Amino acid sequence: MNVEIDRNDARSVLHLKEERIDAHNAGELKDWLLNSLEDGCPLLIVDLASVHFIDSSGLGALLSGYKNANLRQARFVLTGLQARVRSMFELTRLHRVFEIAEQVGDVAISR
Amino acid sequence: MVKNRFTLDLRVPGRTEYLALVGSIAECVARRLQDYRGDRDALAFNLNIVVTEAVGNAIRHGISAHSRSRLRICIEVRADELVIEVHDHGQGFDLDTLPDVPPDDLDEGGRGLFVMRSLMDSLTYKRTKAGNVLEMRKRLR
Repeated sequence: MNVEIDRNDARSVLHLKEERIDAHNAGELKDWLLNSLEDGCPLLIVDLASVHFIDSSGLGALLSGYKNANLRQARFVLTGLQARVRSMFELTRLHRVFEIAEQVGDVAISR
Repeated sequence: MVKNRFTLDLRVPGRTEYLALVGSIAECVARRLQDYRGDRDALAFNLNIVVTEAVGNAIRHGISAHSRSRLRICIEVRADELVIEVHDHGQGFDLDTLPDVPPDDLDEGGRGLFVMRSLMDSLTYKRTKAGNVLEMRKRLR
């Protein structure tokens, strides 16, 4: 999986550079999220701007990251959802679970 | 009512690296329907999703050790309906015992069948001696 990482003391941003997240790469995404949280970052932003397709495996991987962040009292935010990707969150009602922002720059560092 | 009726009968290696390929074939089917009056982009995306979910499910749960190599996928375009079948030879499952609602918010799995049911008009799963068939139908208006 192609991922670009932008990290400082306040937050880590994972830019997922994949058009598609499905059962083929969802496990790898889950590992990326867990590894990022193990560094102890207080805020993990997952930028999906390059992602045009996500299936239930991909949603499950993001949920795994979300739950892991909660356990570590870290904040977990999704950004850059394309319309079709957003429709999958809405269909499965997961848009009510995740914190979602339009762009990485819209995420306030502290709340 | 679409004019061009056809059937694709595919044998696909039972590995997740082929999900993108079968998903894009399903998407191409939507783009090639003649005289389809609905939202073609939405149909294309939805067919990609349901085929990816169905084949991913068959790879996870449906492939027994002795038939690991391939899955069969049939996509049939009729005048007023699209029928997708995914055949597997695994242990199978009982569709009737699975809930129609999405799983609890924080469950990581269990959304695939809900997604397929939501995006298609019907979903059935038949277990026969010859294997299992997941059949999905979508009316074409």
